[in-house]
Amino acid sequence: MLRLDRVSKTFRTGSFGGRELHAVREVGFEVAQGEVVSLIGESGSGKTTLGRMILRLAAVSEGSITLDGVDIARQKDYYRSVQGVFQDPFSSYNPIFKADRVLEMIRQRFFPSMGAADWRARVESSLAAVRLDPGGVLGKYPHQLSGGQLQRLLIARALLLDIRMLVADEIISMLDASTRIDVLNLLGELKGRGLGILFITHDLSLGNYVSEKTVVLRSGRVVEMGRTELVFGNPLHPYTRNLLGSVPRLHRRWSEEEDAPEEEATCFYHGAAGRDATWPGLVEAEPGHFVGCATSGTCAPALELVR
Amino acid sequence: MTLKVEDLRVYYRTLKGDVKALDGVTFSLADGEIMGLAGESGSGKSTLGKSLIRLDGRMRHIGGSAELDGKDLPVGDTHAMNPFRFHEVSLIPQYAMSAMNPTRKIGRMVDELLRSRGVAPMRQELERRVGLVGLSADVLDRYPIELSGGMKQRMVMVISTLLNPSLLIADEVTSALDVSSQKAVAKTLLEFRDRDLVKSMIVVTHDISLVYQIADTIMVMYAGKLAEKATADVIVSAPRHPYTQALISSLPEVGVRYEERRLQGIPGRPPSLLDPPKGCRFRSRCPLAFERCAEEPPFAEVAPGHSVACWKAV
Ligand SMILES: Nc1ncnc2c1ncn2[C@@H]1O[C@H](COP(=O)(O)OP(=O)(O)OP(=O)(O)O)[C@@H](O)[C@H]1O
Ligand SMILES: Nc1ncnc2c1ncn2[C@@H]1O[C@H](COP(=O)(O)OP(=O)(O)O)[C@@H](O)[C@H]1O
Ligand code: SF4
Ligand SMILES: [Mg+2]
Ligand SMILES: [Mg+2]
Repeated sequence: MLRLDRVSKTFRTGSFGGRELHAVREVGFEVAQGEVVSLIGESGSGKTTLGRMILRLAAVSEGSITLDGVDIARQKDYYRSVQGVFQDPFSSYNPIFKADRVLEMIRQRFFPSMGAADWRARVESSLAAVRLDPGGVLGKYPHQLSGGQLQRLLIARALLLDIRMLVADEIISMLDASTRIDVLNLLGELKGRGLGILFITHDLSLGNYVSEKTVVLRSGRVVEMGRTELVFGNPLHPYTRNLLGSVPRLHRRWSEEEDAPEEEATCFYHGAAGRDATWPGLVEAEPGHFVGCATSGTCAPALELVR
Repeated sequence: MTLKVEDLRVYYRTLKGDVKALDGVTFSLADGEIMGLAGESGSGKSTLGKSLIRLDGRMRHIGGSAELDGKDLPVGDTHAMNPFRFHEVSLIPQYAMSAMNPTRKIGRMVDELLRSRGVAPMRQELERRVGLVGLSADVLDRYPIELSGGMKQRMVMVISTLLNPSLLIADEVTSALDVSSQKAVAKTLLEFRDRDLVKSMIVVTHDISLVYQIADTIMVMYAGKLAEKATADVIVSAPRHPYTQALISSLPEVGVRYEERRLQGIPGRPPSLLDPPKGCRFRSRCPLAFERCAEEPPFAEVAPGHSVACWKAV
């Protein structure tokens, strides 16, 4: 359904745009119908930038993003099919509109002929799906809601449309554990009805819970990806292992761990190979499980290691 | 005792009536204590944090008091709170990172902030602390957009603790970070306490397994009230309040998959804070509820350092 092909994004920064920042580099993967792909990686690794490109909020510098084979830039009515909910709800929501108005704008734009009663029912069921009480949120401005209420309101808004693809950027970060599960089960249900979801999250257990595929991003580059149970069960790249090793656990304090030396977080390929030349791309280490190199370099020795 | 809060009530005024977001909370914080604050989304955690710093226009101090280092905190009086704010109590709000002024270099922004508080620039100390959180001093010559989320968050922490406040309230400072930056930020909080840069802390978070790593105690809120407070180990291993029990058992173990086993949230919704029900506010969702729960349970000490608001626990 949604396909990314060698997608890159370069920002110009510094005075007069003299410096280049490669936020996303040659990223390629697909989100199929009814599939959840979780995207993990440290902050600044390009996750949000990828999501913004998929939502046409940022232009693609190189490569292509297609929906059913057609470039998203050329799709009409794109937002009827694809919607996003973004990190930092406080800034992605216009502070001067009350919640009802925000939802009403969806009706005006996408369902102009729907009757008031039908609309009301639709709004209530999407609020109920995220466990919000209509009376408690509808008459309020964004700053009058708690962080988690606002996050859920934005999810409810996206669900008002019968979308096919949802970009969800840290949408559960401000929810308590129990509400997180409700939202995830909701996503699980929606994927059962064919929704494709790009799920960006720091909660790796929940990413593992709900996703079919996992993509690990570092410095804008995919370092490892594939079927979730393979990436989590048999992580190959040292960066992925560090990440999984940092997951905090109940009943086991960091101080009690024999401080295992952090695995060198740079690409292990580069110990042997040079730093120049081109990026070798990803290698299929086992069926459905790809691993690669975080920086550019010739990685022949790495390929050996993986095999 | 750094902080003593007595029956604090703070409501939001709205057209539909008062939202009773903080409805009588009593607790204290020992010198050097790091307290995790968890609970249902919308239960009043941020309201509690804000109340100890600054009430915004629509917030009303209905009753109760707070005391910091033996001095009365004038919670209801924005003006009288001025000398305390930033000097004695400091708050890192939810999503502080994205609120950093994008048009100023960080060093300059800090100087301006200090000046607005009547404090002379303190470059040397600032650089020392930046080093302490593992950043290099040249971040001060960069713009916020040039820093990663984890770096920005550590910078926000340096800024808000520059004047060695007694109490630091960190509201979901790690929720937008990846697990390895979370770990770095959490360890920084610990370091700040250990070096006496702040005396005690309230760390608001939904990531209980994270706060468990650094907190001495954890306090749990439900619908504007306190449900339970105890040491981190007790909250995690032997909680007594049914809400805490449900919350802790909602934390997924690594490895559970939706296709194989459905996790279950707590059925039902928290009550509206516009018109909260009498009696225990968890009653409509509580598997153990009985007649007595129509009466409000007191937040009572059931063991030394362990308080619970539940009739089944007293
Ligand atoms: N300015 C306001 N006006 C009216 N009601 C408000 C206002 N700010 C917050 N509330 C309400 O007060 C209650 C508590 O909000 P608060 O932000 O303290 O929750 P929280 O525990 O921090 O939640 P979260 O975990 O979702 O951040 C919520 O029901 C919220 O809707
Ligand atoms: N509008 C922008 N201008 C310049 N740089 C940007 C912009 N947006 C993001 N970046 C940079 O791109 C990189 C990736 O950022 P982002 O996609 O937000 O990462 P993540 O979501 O993984 O934390 C970061 O180095 C960030 O500073
Ligand atoms: S007081 Fe009653 S309703 Fe409330 S938590 Fe205890 S048992 Fe449940
Ligand atoms: Mg992001
Ligand atoms: Mg909050």
